[in-house]
Amino acid sequence: MKRSSLISAPSSVSFADTFSPSRGRRDLTGDALSLVDAPVTARPSTASDYLALMKPRVMSLVVFTGLVGYLAAPGHGDWVLGFAAIFSIAVAAGAAGALNMWFDHDIDAVMKRTRSRPIPAGRVARDEALTLGLVMSALAVVTMQLAGGPLAAGLLAFTIFFYAVIYTMWLKRSTPQNIVIGGLAGALPPAIAWAAKTGALGLDPLLLVAIIFMWTPPHFWALSLTQTADYVDAKLPMLPVTHGAKATRTHILVYTLLLAPAAMAPVFTGLGGALYAMVAGLGTIGFIALAVVVARSKAGDGANAMGDIYAAKQADKPALTLFIYSIFYLTALFTALLIEHGLGLHWSLAP
Amino acid sequence: MMETVKLTPEQEKARKRRNLVIALGIAAFMALVFVITLTRLQAGVLDRPL
Repeated sequence: MKRSSLISAPSSVSFADTFSPSRGRRDLTGDALSLVDAPVTARPSTASDYLALMKPRVMSLVVFTGLVGYLAAPGHGDWVLGFAAIFSIAVAAGAAGALNMWFDHDIDAVMKRTRSRPIPAGRVARDEALTLGLVMSALAVVTMQLAGGPLAAGLLAFTIFFYAVIYTMWLKRSTPQNIVIGGLAGALPPAIAWAAKTGALGLDPLLLVAIIFMWTPPHFWALSLTQTADYVDAKLPMLPVTHGAKATRTHILVYTLLLAPAAMAPVFTGLGGALYAMVAGLGTIGFIALAVVVARSKAGDGANAMGDIYAAKQADKPALTLFIYSIFYLTALFTALLIEHGLGLHWSLAP
Repeated sequence: MMETVKLTPEQEKARKRRNLVIALGIAAFMALVFVITLTRLQAGVLDRPL
């Protein structure tokens, strides 16, 4: 399938034709999207479609972790510059999301979870997503340069590049380690915010990066165990597809065990205080316990192996539980840091 | 005669809305750059010798 639609619309193609259900789905080059069987919406695009391009849930996560990174960094940051830095991170995340959807339109059209996204659903043209992503990337990096200096701006540019090019265009389609390596992009925002406030990096911001980086594989693999059929349809080399559900369950447990020291390390450097120690300690024990349950379960074995679909869905429950728990876990860890550093309730336990 | 893209009235309205949002976005970006610049300059402006 032709991947690029950078050229403008031929003069003979009207917008009504482009998005007309009766004529089938076409992009602005006039190429038919043969893979698409998602419902077609002929209505003009709305603001919510463009917002959806920016993956608002991912944006809210990086804004949150970035805010914690900014507040946890030493010094008294200016609130205007702090707002601008966090805003830049949010815009960059939105830009990366739009570029991801521009490139992945073929995959998104196949998978149930993503086929209602604006591009595969025919509500936004690919060219618009590409333009939006590139313009927002530039604005985000320029704003960060002004508000946070060259180190933060450079890290932000690297993060967009890493997510849009290294992860989306290369790793995602080529290796089962895609989300392990690609997770770096989602892990960097607290370090970027730290650099924006202090102009430097150190052990503590890198620990925040390490926590999110180690958290990403068990989080995504738990979800992927419940979505294996989608990944097979989209021909994505996700771990359950390439190595099977059992290997994925083992990987989840191993990465959860590797997450534990990363999550507890801030207690020893003084970044995390008493509240963080309690939340991270209890939370990590719960995470490991659920990962053990998943490792011992038959999650992801699928309808064929399990005999019937209902039994397969029941078997997937531990993975789904772990996935939901992982979201609360990361939120709790960073909320503890937010309370400690944002409200001045930080009592260090560091030796 | 050159054939051009023809928009339906609904699509024209949607385009106007999009253009308005883009204009507001650019204005907001200009305001943000202005405020950041003021904040960055403030210390230096106040500290400079008279």
